[in-house]
Formats: sequence, C-alpha cells, structure tokens
Amino acid sequence: MLRVSDLHVYRGRTYVLKGIDLEVGHGEIVALIGANGAGKTTTLRTVSGLLRPKSGSIAYRPRPEAEPLELAGMPAERIVRLGISHCPEGRGIFASLSVKENLMLGAYTREDPQGVEQDFQRVCHLFPILGQRLEQRAGSLSGGEQEMLAVARALMSRPRLLILDEPSLGLAPLLVERLFETLRDINREGVTILLVEQNAVMALELASRAYVMETGRISLAGPSRELMEDEAVKQAYLGGL
Amino acid sequence: MGAGYIAQQIVNGLILGSMYALVAIGFSMIYGIIRLINFAHGDIVMIGAFATLGLMAIPGVPFPLVAVMVLGVGGLVGVLIERGAFRPMRGAPQVTGFIASLAVSIILQNLGILILSAQPRNFSFPAYLQVMINLGPVSFRLVDLMIMVTALVLMLVLMAVVYRTKLGVAMRATAEDLDVARLMGIDINRTIMVTFAIGSALAGIAGLMWGGKFGQIDPLLGFVPGLKAFVAAVIGGVGSIAGAMVGGFVLGLAEVLFVGLLPPIYSAYRDAFVFSTLIVILLILPNGLFGRSSEERA
Amino acid sequence: MDLRRSFRLLILAALAGAGLVLVMQATLDDYILSIVKFVGIYTILAVSLNMTNGYTGLFSLGHPGFMAIGGYATALLTFPVERKAMFLPDLPAWLAGLALPFLPSLLAGGLCAALTALIIGPPVLRLRGHYLAVATMGFLIIVQVMITNWDSVTRGPLGLNGLAELTSLWWIYFWVALTFYVAWKLKFSSRGRTMLAVRDDEMAAQTLGVDVFRTRVFALVIGAFFAGVAGGLWAHLITAITPTSFSLVMAFNLVVMVVVGGSGSIAGSLITAVFFTVITEVLRPLEEGLELYGISEITMALILILILIYRPEGLFGSREPACLQPDEPARGERK
Repeated sequence: MLRVSDLHVYRGRTYVLKGIDLEVGHGEIVALIGANGAGKTTTLRTVSGLLRPKSGSIAYRPRPEAEPLELAGMPAERIVRLGISHCPEGRGIFASLSVKENLMLGAYTREDPQGVEQDFQRVCHLFPILGQRLEQRAGSLSGGEQEMLAVARALMSRPRLLILDEPSLGLAPLLVERLFETLRDINREGVTILLVEQNAVMALELASRAYVMETGRISLAGPSRELMEDEAVKQAYLGGL
Repeated sequence: MGAGYIAQQIVNGLILGSMYALVAIGFSMIYGIIRLINFAHGDIVMIGAFATLGLMAIPGVPFPLVAVMVLGVGGLVGVLIERGAFRPMRGAPQVTGFIASLAVSIILQNLGILILSAQPRNFSFPAYLQVMINLGPVSFRLVDLMIMVTALVLMLVLMAVVYRTKLGVAMRATAEDLDVARLMGIDINRTIMVTFAIGSALAGIAGLMWGGKFGQIDPLLGFVPGLKAFVAAVIGGVGSIAGAMVGGFVLGLAEVLFVGLLPPIYSAYRDAFVFSTLIVILLILPNGLFGRSSEERA
Repeated sequence: MDLRRSFRLLILAALAGAGLVLVMQATLDDYILSIVKFVGIYTILAVSLNMTNGYTGLFSLGHPGFMAIGGYATALLTFPVERKAMFLPDLPAWLAGLALPFLPSLLAGGLCAALTALIIGPPVLRLRGHYLAVATMGFLIIVQVMITNWDSVTRGPLGLNGLAELTSLWWIYFWVALTFYVAWKLKFSSRGRTMLAVRDDEMAAQTLGVDVFRTRVFALVIGAFFAGVAGGLWAHLITAITPTSFSLVMAFNLVVMVVVGGSGSIAGSLITAVFFTVITEVLRPLEEGLELYGISEITMALILILILIYRPEGLFGSREPACLQPDEPARGERK
C-alpha cells in the first residue's frame, strides 16, 4: 500500500532522514520503533505531507489494484483526501473546540453526510466516554480520553491507512492495552495501520512487521516475532528481557 | 456634573466603543490565526473612509449599497496585504512580520498622500442620517444609532459564522494549530485569506463609520484606530473575538470618561494615556480578560 | 604583535578620516556638505540602534524618543541665557542661568537619554518580540506628548528655534568615529558576545549564567546615549527642534537601515545609512518638483519588504568585512 524509497528529509539545515526505505502492505499493522530523535516522527510527517522531502519517493496505492500515486511533495490537505489519516505526536486535538467539533473536523473532507453520521455513531460506540462528553471542551479531557479522541477523529475520515505517532505516550499501561485492542479491532475491519512507538514491547506485540530506526536510517527490519528475539533489539529497546 | 451629563458621556462612549470593537475584532481575528500584529489594519479603516467618500460621490448609488461595497473594498485590501506581505513571512520570527506590516502601513499612508494629498477632506452622510434623536437627557444623531446597530449586527453575524459554520470551525482550528488543521484537510491558505478578508471588511466599514462620526478624513487617520484596536484587543485578550468586543467598548467608555470627567488640560494627554494603559496591561495582565495563556509575552 | 597592528590600523583610519573631512570642507559646497552631515548623524543613529536591536535582538522603535530627550536637553543647555529669559520665562532658575559649550551639552543630552533608558528599561524590557516593539513605540509617543505639553521647558508645539549652528563636520566626524569605535570594541568584547548570545538563543545564554535582563537593559542604555547625542547634533544642524522632529516615521527609517544592513553588522549599518540618506536626498527634488510626496518613504518600505522576503538576514547578516575583524581571536572563538 505504501512504499517509501530512499527518502531524504531535512528540517531546516538539519539532515534528519538519510535514505529511508519502508513498506506497508494492505491490511497490515507495521511498527516503526527507535530511540528519541531517530527520525520516526519526521518520517510520519513526511508521509502525511506536513514535510517535503529533499529527495526520494513515497508511492501509495489506496487499493491493491490501484495505480500508485506519488505522495512526495503533495500538500497535507490533499493527502488526507486520499485516505491517509495522521494522528500526530501529542494527540493534536483542538483544545478550544468541543469533543463533537473535533470529531466532525475529522470528517471535514467528506461529502456524504449520511456516511459521516454513521461513522460518528460508530466511533461513539467504540469510545463510549467520548459519546458522554460531546459538548465538553476537548482541552478538559484526560490524557487517555484525548488519545481516544485523536484516534476517533482520525477514523472519522474513513481512512484506508491510519498513521499513529506515539499513541501510548503518557498513558497508563491499562489504557494502552485497551487502546491497542481497539487498534486491533480497527485493523480487522480493514484499516491498515502504521504505528510509531517508543513502547517497543507493545508495538511489537501489536504489529506483524516492524522497522527499527537509528539516527535517520533503518537499521533493522523484519517480522516482529524475529525482532523480539533479536539480541541487539532486546538490549536497546526491550529492556534486555 | 449631573446624571444627565454622565448618561450622555456613557452613550457617547458606547457609540465610540462599537466602532473600536469592530476594528478590534478584525485585528484580533487576524492575530488569532497567524499570530502577527497587522500594523496596517488601521490604514484599512482609512481606505474604507475614503472609499465611502468616493462611492457616495457616484450619483444614483443608494447609501446601503455604498456600505456593502465598502465591506468589499476592505476585504479586498486585506487579502492583498495578506498575499503580498504576510504569506511570504509565514514561519519567520514574530518581529519580522511586524516590521513588514509596519512597512505596508507606511506604504498605504504615503500612497494616500500621493494620490489624495494630505489635506483633510470633509465627510458628511446624507441629510436624513443627521437627524437628532432625543431620549430624555441623552441625545444623538440617527447616524450614531445606525453605527451602533450595524456594529452589533455585524458582530452577531460574525459570531454565528465563527461558531456555527464549517468555515468557522476551520478558522478556529487553524488558529489553534496550523499543522493539525492541515491534517484535517483544511486548506489553511484559503482559511487564512478568508479570515483576513472578513477582518479587513470590518475595518473597512469601520472607516465609513469613522468618517461619519468625525466628519473629516485624511490619509494619516489610520494610526489612531489601528492603535486603539490593538489596545482594545489586548484588553480583551488578543486572539479572542469576544474579548476584542468587550475591549472595544471598555476603551471607548474609558476614553470618553477620561476626557469628559477630567479637567480639560488633560485632554491632550489622551494618546499618552492610551499607550500607557497598553503598556501597563501588557505588563500586569498579559492575557487580557479572555485571552489564552499560550502567548509568550513576558 | 597583534595589539600594535590593530592600534596602527586605528590610527591610520582616524587619520584617513580626518583627511577626508579636510578635503570635504575645502571642496564641497554647502548643500552637499549638509547632506554629508546628515549622513554622519544617520550613521551614528543606525550604528547605535544596531547595538540595541542588532546585537541583542531587542526590537526598539523608541530611538527617536531618546533623540528628542537628548536634543532638547542639549538645546536647553546651549541656549544663551538672554534668549532663555525671552523664550522660556518659566524655566527653573538653575537651568535659566546656565549656558554651556557644545561638548558638555551634548554629553548631558546623551546622559539624559541614557538615564531615561535606565528608568524605563526594567519595566518595558520584560516584554518580548512584537509586544516590546509596540511598547517602545508607546514610549516614543509618550515622549512626544510630554514634550508638547511641558510648555514651560520646551515651548510646547512651537519648539525651540534659532539654535546656534554648532554642528560642524568635525564634530560629526568625532562622534561618528566614537560611535564606531564603541560599537566595534563592544561587538568583539566578551560583553558583546554575551549580547549576541542573548539574541541568538536566550535560553541557552541563561543556562550559561548570563544575566539576560541586565544585558538587555545595557543594550537599551548604550543605544539611547548615542541617540541622545545624535539628537543634540541634529538640533544644532537644523537649528531648530520641535516635538515632531523625531517621529515614528524616523523610527521606521532607522529600523529599515538596521534590518537591511544586517542586524549586528556595523559595516552594514554604515552602508545602509549612507545609501538611504542619499536616496532620500536624491528623491527630494522629485518629491517637491513633481509633487510626488511620500515617494522616498514608499521606496524605503518596498526595499525593506523585499529584503525581508528574499534576504531576511540583511546585507551582511551579523558579520563584518574582513578588514574590520579583530586580529586576535579570543579563547576558543572562531575568526
């Protein structure tokens, strides 16, 4: 579905991504793990169009039989309309807007009011707490609730590919478990997921494949099972279990 | 100094305040969305005033149509300023945008002098608007009433747009977080442009009101409303539309009461008073009455 | 030895400058000479504003306010006692009986301005970015209003005229050289590096133990001193001073000079001061002849916008051309 080839990205004068290759297949859950500053967030922001790469390609096929589209250089506003939804680092919810307004913003690009209403009911069902707090200011929600709101909002655009940047950050382990359960459900309904995580253990348990990033390059790639057994990975990211 | 005198001063303050509020709202909207002080905002008021003069001179154009067209002129000028000076500066440090808007202001003022000469022009509305209305101890012209009513109507319409329409949600989202707004698929360039257009349209029509209220206009008149809009916006909390409204009325009332209640020798100090108030507020109440504390002010 | 070399360069530059002044006084006609004097004053203003805005990143629009304070102070001190009795009958006694020669008056003017900066600095400098800019603009307006209304000392809107034309090219040369010297020495001293550090990364500077606040106040005060002196020189060149002599437009023009030349670059300020003063003079006949008033301001504003878009760091950025760099690199500093 997504093929990133030889991506080089600069942020200002800093050379952040030094030739990244990665792939996400239709229906997969793929994880991208690595230490702080490795470039994981930059990778996601380039895929979703907030950043422009210096060189390289991001080929995207909304459906397996579709022609690949070149995303590199396309503005974020257009990429959203192609079915890619990005849940940014730090949640990125609009604190001054209500929960409901946040959710409806997720559906900003859609033109089918009935479908939007359907999805709205669905996410309220998926995350009942949000349904109870619709008129509240989003900034008054707890960390876990905000994360749920961010994911729910991303779902409101009926994405084919959901990109999540560190969803577990700052959440209690129980909440993270529940969140990841929900992600598994979403995936089963046909949404492909690309996940960046600091919490490598949970990410590897959720994803079928994973990439390890170090200082702007992919250092390891493979099925998560294998990576979980890899000594180097265990030492660096899994707490040497 | 009887109650009647004070009541009259209050009414005057409210009339003045509604004009300030209109200009302040536009200013605050623009600040809210791009976090830059548009120093040229006051000059759009000036352009609105002169546009009114020009349009009124065309025979056969009814006054309400003039008002509508002035809204359009203001909006257009705002969009031009946004495209020419602010969009290229996006991402640059705060001060750069400020200097750029200062430069635009200087250009507009000097273009005004160049094209229109620095001589003040007389400005008067159609006679039917000059009718005096007397309500007990208080009296005002019909035009003053229209100013207040129009200002209030525009403010209500604006609130409706900002809080009840898709465009309004897009504006508020863009104001809060530009990047995430893009991730929602919002065309931020267009949203910013529309915000500028609306804010500047309000400034334009404030120019029409300004001319009507003070009777004389000149190309340099923009400095005063620009400054007052800024102060009003700061009082209410920059970036907050409701705050700008409140700030505008507070400033209008304060100014009239300051001049009306203190001995006359202090009137000349009015500008200094306004600026001192501004500095004091910036120092002790940086978020004004309703502002967000996300500002890095001190 | 390095020290001797830079000392020799200094003497050479001073002599060359003096020679230039002699030549100019002898050959140029009065009109051109007065343009040169204005260039000199604007150079002092631009370079001193650079010390405030450029080195420390402190965006001040209040410079003309300091000029006004210095200008009026100087004028009041050089005003002969008899004229004071005629023009300013309500002057306090100690001032009414005082008349000083030029240099002490200029110094007093500069000191008054510096003192004002010291007083308003601490509250106002708590603000940042464009809020600071607006506050300094407020200071400028407040100064104007105060001067306009303090009739007994300033003669209000009428201002003071008939001032002695004490500003000769030599005086200007002296002050330009002094301003240059101070700016240059400051920039390459440890205090100057502190100022530049505060501009570039305030938080980092703070963690290194820099007293950011005092640095900013210092920047304002030293800029104010030279602005005050420049105000005095200006007043005695035009032989008159009014509350509107030093306006927001002038503040803007000075900012243009500093920004276009490069915030932090002395050479940049010099070049742009010369350039813009000349442009204004060249365009003046156009303005008055063709009645195209305002054209020089529009030109300057357009140039500024273009520079901000295409070369925001200005012509020179923070650098100086090689000949102005100090010879000995300080400990650990790159050349």
